[in-house]
Amino acid sequence: MQLSTFQDGFSAALLGHAAQAPWLSALESQPGFAVYRNTAIKGCVDALQANYPTVCQLVGEDWFRAAAAVYARAQPPVDGLLVNYGAGFADFLAGFAPAAELPYLSPVARLDRYWTECHLAGNATAIDRGWLVQQAPDTLPLVPLRPHPAARWSWCDEHPAYALWQSHREGLLPNEALEWTGDGALLTRPHAEVVWHPLPRAGVAFLDACAQGLPLEAAATRALEADPGTDFAALMGRLLDAGALIPTDSHTD
Amino acid sequence: MAPPLTAGLGLKPQHYDEALRCTAPGLWWEVHPENYLADGGPRLTWLEAIRARHPVALHGVSLSLAADAPPDAAHLKRLAALARRVDPALISEHLAWSTWRGQYLPDLLPFPRTQAALHRIAGNIARTQDVLQRPIAIENPTHYLHIDGHDWLETDFLAELVQRTGCALLLDVNNVYISANNLGFDAQAYLGAFPLHAVAEIHLAGHHADPVHGNALLIDSHDAPVAPAVWALYEQVIARTGPVPTLIERDDHLPPLGELLAERDQAHSALTAVQPEEAACS
Repeated sequence: MQLSTFQDGFSAALLGHAAQAPWLSALESQPGFAVYRNTAIKGCVDALQANYPTVCQLVGEDWFRAAAAVYARAQPPVDGLLVNYGAGFADFLAGFAPAAELPYLSPVARLDRYWTECHLAGNATAIDRGWLVQQAPDTLPLVPLRPHPAARWSWCDEHPAYALWQSHREGLLPNEALEWTGDGALLTRPHAEVVWHPLPRAGVAFLDACAQGLPLEAAATRALEADPGTDFAALMGRLLDAGALIPTDSHTD
Repeated sequence: MAPPLTAGLGLKPQHYDEALRCTAPGLWWEVHPENYLADGGPRLTWLEAIRARHPVALHGVSLSLAADAPPDAAHLKRLAALARRVDPALISEHLAWSTWRGQYLPDLLPFPRTQAALHRIAGNIARTQDVLQRPIAIENPTHYLHIDGHDWLETDFLAELVQRTGCALLLDVNNVYISANNLGFDAQAYLGAFPLHAVAEIHLAGHHADPVHGNALLIDSHDAPVAPAVWALYEQVIARTGPVPTLIERDDHLPPLGELLAERDQAHSALTAVQPEEAACS
């Protein structure tokens, strides 16, 4: 038998497809076959549980692992970098019928995913308030700033996804007085570890504009359009302090 | 000259801070490179901090050398970049496959040891060594299945890979013990036929009995201390090879680091008690 024929049959059987050949049935009928089948799915589910700890806290381990097993069969990993596995899990949860009663689960999952992306992203030196004051006032409005490669931000219209996520991440008791309105999040890695902050709608609009390559003045305009009451200087100060921005000519690795 | 490696431990994130402070003589740490193939961030910083104090080995789990396809070029490139960054004492991989047609199956899967498989795997090892510009060590797998169609005994297959590619071998004594139990062969006879001259590293780990089938089916779970029977086989092996860097693996049910260090000290003592052999591969 060709090695590729063996691997086609074995991998299909491992994923639960019915064995079509006698040699494969002979393998599947041995007690040891289940060891491979269990190990492969456990590897996927363990990785998802590690990468989506807040979702797991919200739904409980049994529910989470059952849902993760469904996801793993539908969207198995493409490579061995399981620390980065599960990019599509938030979208999967949005369409997963048993999660229909928990519509905030998908936006919370997205924040877990952003934590992973922020954690693994390349390094770059963020600009700070000192950098800003050194810029010539006449050219500053035309300077395009870029989001730091580790910066992730999001806005959720319907649910306080960030408030829920943040309280679980920080081990706080669920806030009974939690106001059920949309909110925004910013995740950055200013030093070694991932940190997070609430982000107003104007901040989301500003970072979106920076990501599109808009110069500072145009990006600030977007922020003010999103919320005309924004104190832009204060917003800018918070983004700089969080290490969310780099200059366009910055070297990243 | 750097002191020789004796016994090492698998490095887990839960133990980073304590691991940095360890000063045991001959201690080294092994990691799965897949957990450190990040673009940047704290993982690489942690690994470099450990590497500044101790030798580090890279033990890959997903290169899929026994797949009927060349190893993924992008993965190899990232692995080579990590190896340049941490200058590992050893790099190893498994005689197994895990990636197939764009899908990763998180396990170390078996195959029939045919002539064609030998040819393919030797090519994959050679390709890997070309990219890394150094030899790697290949680990004997754990077996759970009787597979028809083997042209080669596993020990001869491994010896032939050494002969064809110049690779070294990683002898996992726990895998030998489990496979002998599960497939019904004699572990000592297997070790008697094993090409010990090529062994650059030894692995030791714990296992458990399958919850349904009991001791007839042992699972390579890495979730328990090394079994006494595995220690006994290990001492027989190093009596023949002389000291070989030896790793204690624990991946699940992690105890406090102190317990793992005590197990590691047992291997360290065994290694320092045996005399170097002329045939030993250091």
